[in-house]
Amino acid sequence: MSEIAQSLALAGELVAAGDAKLAEIVWLSLKVSLSATALSCVLGMPLGALLAVGRFPGRHSLIVLFNGLMGLPPVVVGLLVYLLLSRAGPLGQFGLLFTPAAMIIAQTVLITPIIAALTRQVIEDEWREYREQLRSLGASRMRAGRTLLWNARFSLTTAGLAGFGRAVAEVGAVMIVGGNIDGVTRVMTTTIALETSKGDLPLALALGAILVAVVLVINTGAFILRQWAERRWG
Amino acid sequence: MHWLELQGLGLTEGATRILADIDLKLGAGRTALLGPNGAGKSTLLRLMHGLLRPSTGTVSWPNPLSQAMVFQRPVMLRATVLANIEYGLSLRGVPAGARRRKADEALARVGLPELVHRQARKLSGGEQQRVALARAWALEPEVLFLDEPTASLDPASSREVERIIGEIAAGGTKIVMTTHNLGQAHRIAEEVIYLEGGRLMEQTPVEEFFRQPSTSAARLFIQDELGS
Repeated sequence: MSEIAQSLALAGELVAAGDAKLAEIVWLSLKVSLSATALSCVLGMPLGALLAVGRFPGRHSLIVLFNGLMGLPPVVVGLLVYLLLSRAGPLGQFGLLFTPAAMIIAQTVLITPIIAALTRQVIEDEWREYREQLRSLGASRMRAGRTLLWNARFSLTTAGLAGFGRAVAEVGAVMIVGGNIDGVTRVMTTTIALETSKGDLPLALALGAILVAVVLVINTGAFILRQWAERRWG
Repeated sequence: MHWLELQGLGLTEGATRILADIDLKLGAGRTALLGPNGAGKSTLLRLMHGLLRPSTGTVSWPNPLSQAMVFQRPVMLRATVLANIEYGLSLRGVPAGARRRKADEALARVGLPELVHRQARKLSGGEQQRVALARAWALEPEVLFLDEPTASLDPASSREVERIIGEIAAGGTKIVMTTHNLGQAHRIAEEVIYLEGGRLMEQTPVEEFFRQPSTSAARLFIQDELGS
């Protein structure tokens, strides 16, 4: 018990002192996971809208597939991206393995299905409400999908957040494709895993606390945004 | 001269027959579809407008006419009143430069010019329905379908909506509407189409329909509705 208290106190000191190394790790974590979230929104949201309003063969299979991929294990994603990016792999020539770019790719693969599946649910509800009106006005399905993505922009923050939460908290994928290289690809989760195994609990705890705080702050921000949007747009 | 013809029109959903054997020619400028709940009025309106595809029969337009529809519950995008009206215009290919003017004109005609920059979904139900009418009117449709346009509104809003429908009709737009309100049908329509149980019972000029309907089904319906 006293060890935890001690570690927490040390963790507090590290944060308060603005430890450079700590800041670097936190910054890289945010950079990688926010980039992956942005990419996944660009890819996953139109895909989700297409699954919601589209009518094409294989649509139901795709919906089931994406729902299933929401539970993709990060280590498996890490392994697949590792194979793609390794020197002998199809994308080996770009030399991306063990770089932040590789980590962004892995997290994008991990969370795009989550964002696509959640977007599909949101847009399907919108489609039920707007379908007749949009078709009456003469909107094609593609146009309707675009309109509804924008119309549901504030509900969709939840999908983006779920993706970001998953990305910033996962350790398996970034560990495998990033390699946890000090100063290059070391992020919060991989550091926590490493420092814990080395017995350096204060740093691990400090990072754990920051990780939780980041997720809470971003969720709070999104909550406030939605409340505001609800009042403004109805 | 008719402008819309339905031949052998039917719609079945699963084992339920919603409409059957509808043979009908619409020639009047203002038509009311009447009938008890579940008669198939709204379904018939959607088949005419093309929102539903019939299981049997055909909907044929001798000359293709531009159409618009106003629903019982106004469906507004999360955007301003102006953006909602301009959206419809952009879908119909109206160039960007002309949309604002058309939107402003339509809003003025429904008596809500001051709401142009308000958020559409924050308006009252009555105001939203008038914006929905403005959105449809701005498209200058040759035929306007209305599905129970006043069913969710208070009496004052209903009167205003009726006035607007009257003006749209006066501009030469053909009106086809479903309603539960016999007084409204009497005030607006020239012709009544009476449905019951998914079948066409009669198509009668409005005065004659209320004075002396040709089917006993319609006679009973009118008596029930008037509570006599």
